[in-house]
Amino acid sequence: MNDTPTRPDAPDTVEKGESLWVGAWHRLRKNKMALAGGVFILLLSGLSFMGPFFLEGDYYTNTTLGDKLEPPGDDYPLGADHLGRDQLGRIIKGGQISLLVGLVATFVSLTIGIGYGTISGYFGGKVDSVMMRLVDILYSLPFVIFVILLMVFAKDLGDSIDAWFAARGSEFSISGQWNMLLLFVAIGAVEWLTMARIVRGQVMSLRRQEFIEACISLGLPTRRIIFRHMVPNVLGPVIVYTTLTIPAVMLLEAFLSFLGLGVQPPTPSWGLLIKDGADRMREAWWMLVFPGALFAITLFSFNFVGDGLRDALDPKTSKD
Amino acid sequence: MLKFILRRVLETIPVLLCVAAMTFFMCRLAPGGPFDEDKQVTAEVRELLNKQFNLDQPLHKQFIQYITHLPTLQSFKYPNRTVGEIISQKFPVSAKLGFFAMCIALSLGILFGVIASLRPNTYIDYIPSSLAMIGICLPTFVMGPLLMLVFSLKLGWFPATGWGGFSGDQFFASDMVLPSVTLGFFYAAYISRLTRGGMLDILTQDYIRTAKAKGASGLRVILKHSLRGGLLPVISFMGPAVAGLIAGSFVIETIFAIPGLGQDFVKSAFNRDYTLVLGVVMFYATLIILLNLIVDILQVTLNPKLKFD
Amino acid sequence: MPLLDVNDLTTYFHTRNGVVRAVDGVSFQLEKGETLGIVGESGSGKSVTCMSMLGLIPQPPGRIEKGTAHFDGTDLLHCSPKELQSIRGRRIAMIFQDPMTSLNPYLRIEDQLIEPLLIHGLADKASAKIQALDMLDAVGIQDAASRIRGYPHEFSGGMRQRVMIAMALITKPDVLIADEPSTALDVTVQAQILELIKKEQQELGTAVILITHDLGVVSGFCDRINVMYGGKIVESGSTKDIFYNPQHPYNRALQNSIPALQAKGKELYTIPGMPPDMSKPSAGCSFAPRCEHATDLCTSEPPTLQDIGQAHTTACLRVQRENLKP
Repeated sequence: MNDTPTRPDAPDTVEKGESLWVGAWHRLRKNKMALAGGVFILLLSGLSFMGPFFLEGDYYTNTTLGDKLEPPGDDYPLGADHLGRDQLGRIIKGGQISLLVGLVATFVSLTIGIGYGTISGYFGGKVDSVMMRLVDILYSLPFVIFVILLMVFAKDLGDSIDAWFAARGSEFSISGQWNMLLLFVAIGAVEWLTMARIVRGQVMSLRRQEFIEACISLGLPTRRIIFRHMVPNVLGPVIVYTTLTIPAVMLLEAFLSFLGLGVQPPTPSWGLLIKDGADRMREAWWMLVFPGALFAITLFSFNFVGDGLRDALDPKTSKD
Repeated sequence: MLKFILRRVLETIPVLLCVAAMTFFMCRLAPGGPFDEDKQVTAEVRELLNKQFNLDQPLHKQFIQYITHLPTLQSFKYPNRTVGEIISQKFPVSAKLGFFAMCIALSLGILFGVIASLRPNTYIDYIPSSLAMIGICLPTFVMGPLLMLVFSLKLGWFPATGWGGFSGDQFFASDMVLPSVTLGFFYAAYISRLTRGGMLDILTQDYIRTAKAKGASGLRVILKHSLRGGLLPVISFMGPAVAGLIAGSFVIETIFAIPGLGQDFVKSAFNRDYTLVLGVVMFYATLIILLNLIVDILQVTLNPKLKFD
Repeated sequence: MPLLDVNDLTTYFHTRNGVVRAVDGVSFQLEKGETLGIVGESGSGKSVTCMSMLGLIPQPPGRIEKGTAHFDGTDLLHCSPKELQSIRGRRIAMIFQDPMTSLNPYLRIEDQLIEPLLIHGLADKASAKIQALDMLDAVGIQDAASRIRGYPHEFSGGMRQRVMIAMALITKPDVLIADEPSTALDVTVQAQILELIKKEQQELGTAVILITHDLGVVSGFCDRINVMYGGKIVESGSTKDIFYNPQHPYNRALQNSIPALQAKGKELYTIPGMPPDMSKPSAGCSFAPRCEHATDLCTSEPPTLQDIGQAHTTACLRVQRENLKP
């Protein structure tokens, strides 16, 4: 037994901290539901965007009236609809359209929201009060009413423009694309409010943080401050809400399509497919159940991923 | 508080004017008039009709006329009935639907939300939270037909369409169940998530530990110490929730054939029934602004950290 | 017969990253009216010990593995929840470190003050309100009558802590556990709060357990001191003994670190190394890696708390066996 005191071998290693993103990634990985959702979305996107290349026809015009309302079977794995079109193909194509609307409209709302929020948060004071009050008021009004009105009249406008061209013997048809374009903008215009609020909140709190003052006092150029210090901190919540906006947008598109104001037939979108299914529920349950289920699962996945991201990026709510 | 209310009322007026202007000009700038599709109407009759409804006057004059006489304006497509009449007849139906839906949403939502928050990340949490997730992801126009399919067509428990029972004006009839549940379930889901979040936030606070250290029972901790703070997010949600209920009513009334205002709004938009459209929009806008004012007052009353300013 | 008799209290936290042995076999006693100080660094287990006694540890992931805590005939660790509830706030009261977050922001001060009386059926609402007012006055809140209907955010930190003390003592409990009551406050207010606790204690005859990391605080306040490190008590004795006759290297090192006591111009003494990772148990003494007297004996054999005379105990093997003077 050694009697003489030994040097204390105190370990000098300091615990390694982890950056916000790395930590977030670790937490996200542990969240099985979020991962499952993410995988599903990737699969679905792959299927929707690549699938149509492998499918025959465009699913608008391949009507086989003789096969009207065939239940699911060998010929038609998910059944045929009221015009004899293959549901499986329609659903895949519909997925493409719905996802596209989701992404583009979200992008629109992102752009408006981030712009608005940054200006409001950065300038603060009177400007901010007025801008945020406007957001508050808009938030409470049923924007949907305006969207409905807009789409109704846009549809008529599109039809008239088509008629104008047709009268001159041209085959030019604007109504299809015009309608889609307006749809993107209209939906985006409804959803930007939440994004604006979030961005404004983040920008405002960041601006007052001491580390920004520290940057300024260190003489960092403004550009560096914005890009290296502010943007990464705003990015987190923005990503989370983008992931949560996509399903909200898709829901809105489906809602409009259900009322006949969204994507116009014969282009399929999940909203339209659900409407057709609801109309023929008694005779052909598969027309409602399959698109409905797929739609719900997709929204599920986006929501789980969004929730998972939110939990992962906010260390305070982490369970460990 | 009075100053607050006054300020809000003053704010409201320009907003309502904007809403009216936007609606009006959107209607009118779209090509076509309300009588263009009526094939039976000849050109001369059309001119007469236009004259009768002042459609031949300059736009801004029409606008002023519309605004000042709104409830008494006649609807274009419902002969001899004024906008005011139509709204007062049909709104109570929609209101009842909305009311029942909201009751379902609040009671189910808060109950499940509180339960889920008590034991987070266990089965007591997973089951209500998953149900809530389903509720959010299953849109009303999917759920409605599905519920109809299962509970009306297959099981026959509830009638699929109609409102107010056989005579049409019972206070509570079985045909009100499916539409209210469909509309309410979505909001129940949202409310339960908000409640769970709010309660979890509160339950992890230090002052809950203080309450337990004083010997408070679990029930007391929930009811007296947690609910007031935990339900705050639900209260702020009430504003957009009402807006959403109104939008949802359009679909529900269409699916379940309910003679409410929502169905009329959509139809009148398609039919270019300008007066009715304007009337309904203004009515809803005013209603929502009023309800939001009440919600805001409630928020300040319940949260001592807020003041009327 | 001691008022509070804790024996081998052991609380572990079962987390995803391993089992954290927050409290590892802690035993001590508290006499009626006595003031006991529990001193240690963050993570030494001092707060968890007392919260375990009152059942305030979140049970997953925490778990009281073993031990007993007898209070006036009832074992707090093994009684029914109802019994524990009736003792909490009535006979054993606890106040916490951060007064800013320990009061419910949505309830009035008055409501929170009368609550212990109402819960335990000690008074009806009317007389409870009167008692609350008296208590608020007694803890030094100016203009108590008009302030009592206010909300917590209208009070400063020091005032809130006074309210906490009032709330804890309104039922005239037998034991007051004060978990770092002054740490979160300004220095000038710290002394006031401690004075207040002392005064109330003398008036009510309450026993006090004062938890702190600040040796200066306990020196003027406590009768006995338990020094904790790594989830265990490493030395225990009267205040005088602890300060003038330290029998554990950690205690000695803590006192050496007090800046005011060191010679001017020399480099300040710090204890080398870092506090132990409580999820990785060590074979021998948990302080050994940082101890300047550590030998092979220290790193191989786990020490136990032993009496070395006159109610003074230590857990240093070298002190016990070799009469080391730390």
